[in-house]
Amino acid sequence: MSQHQINLTINGRPHCSTVEGRLTLSDFLRGDAGYTGVHVGCEHGVCGACTVIVDGNAVRSCLMLAVQADGSKITTVEGLAADDGTLHPVQQAMKDECALQCGFCTPGIVMTLTALTNCANKPSGDTLVQAMSGHICRCTGYQGIKRAAMKLGGDAA
Amino acid sequence: MKPAPFDYLAPSSIAEACQLLSEAGGGATILAGGQTLMPLLALRMSQPFILIDITRIAALKGVTRNAGITRIGPILRQNEAIADPTLAQAQPLIVTATRHVGHHQTRNRGTIGGSIALGEPAAELPATSVALGASLELTSTRGTRRIAAEEFYFGPYATALEPDELLTGIHVPEWQSGTVWMFREISQRPGDFGLVGLTGALTVKDGRIERAGIAWFGMGPTPIKARQVEAALLGQSINTLDPRALAELAIADTAPFDDHHASAEYRRTVGKRVFASALSETLNLRAAA
Ligand code: FES
Ligand code: FES
Repeated sequence: MSQHQINLTINGRPHCSTVEGRLTLSDFLRGDAGYTGVHVGCEHGVCGACTVIVDGNAVRSCLMLAVQADGSKITTVEGLAADDGTLHPVQQAMKDECALQCGFCTPGIVMTLTALTNCANKPSGDTLVQAMSGHICRCTGYQGIKRAAMKLGGDAA
Repeated sequence: MKPAPFDYLAPSSIAEACQLLSEAGGGATILAGGQTLMPLLALRMSQPFILIDITRIAALKGVTRNAGITRIGPILRQNEAIADPTLAQAQPLIVTATRHVGHHQTRNRGTIGGSIALGEPAAELPATSVALGASLELTSTRGTRRIAAEEFYFGPYATALEPDELLTGIHVPEWQSGTVWMFREISQRPGDFGLVGLTGALTVKDGRIERAGIAWFGMGPTPIKARQVEAALLGQSINTLDPRALAELAIADTAPFDDHHASAEYRRTVGKRVFASALSETLNLRAAA
């Protein structure tokens, strides 16, 4: 059972930690680093609730080991809003379109939409909606999520 | 659930990885993108003593073209493959097939080689490698060998890869100009494995089919090369070809099964329709071009 020292940046802050080889990135972010906005639904890659941004890409953090994130830059939902509480445009769109109910799936969805809308070539609303296939919402609020995605892609819902 | 304890190792060269595999004597598992392995670890269906992460090995990355062969480094991420200009030019069928693998979020981690080495019979990339006539480069401390993708798959998740071997390259022959591609997948939701899938290439010259490579996924215990219909297509004029008449032959090599998603009969029926419509659409596109 190996132990590893990892150095990474989370929401702009450097972190250094010693982790067991088998620790998932999601458990590391929640338990060791305290970013409980990373929600763990299924713990085996099905639901998308645990999605975070690793080096610019939206990935499922339960399908990655913490040790694999050594040297990377991570953004969780805690890293999006401004210090004064102003919401990130993706969060604002989700709010405006009533795209959440219980909010459990929301951080994952927000991170996918954030990663994609940060891309140099702006994705269309359809592309954003397609990427929602990687998320399950048990409150079945998909229409609101879809509207938010279409809006962020610059398309009318 | 949480994975059972293991030692995590991240070698930086192929030689080092092969050495570790050899020393582990079958107790090690390779970690590439992890999009299949991590769930198996979490569910404790897989409990290796040693996990060898190959994603830090630079020599396993990249796409190169040489003498009519495209060589794909196995740890190329699926979304990197979709965006790769060399692949788009030389192997558009691989790009199309990769778009159907999992979801955007899993494609950011999942690798081309991981999908090919795993041998899920309903997956897109193993069948596409078989259809295109790819060969797989397997390396161990005993040396390097090449095996045709067609001979690599034995059954669900059962392949010719020995416990001490690592997939170190995917060599895909380039099909000459005049090749048209077909890809169809019937699945319950985007991102799911195919219930019925067809992937292939046809080279048309002077109005006749000169070369054909066609394979099924989700239609048996392995990806299945549609040998009989390939043979029947060769030399045929695309103007007189009747895709429906060939549909029965197209599924002749398959061995679909019943599972809780679909019956074997459903798969055969849909397979015939998928073949006929894919073929006529592909050849019409060709005629229109
Ligand atoms: S908790 Fe990671 S995908 Fe469900
Ligand atoms: S808002 Fe409750 S699970 Fe999506």
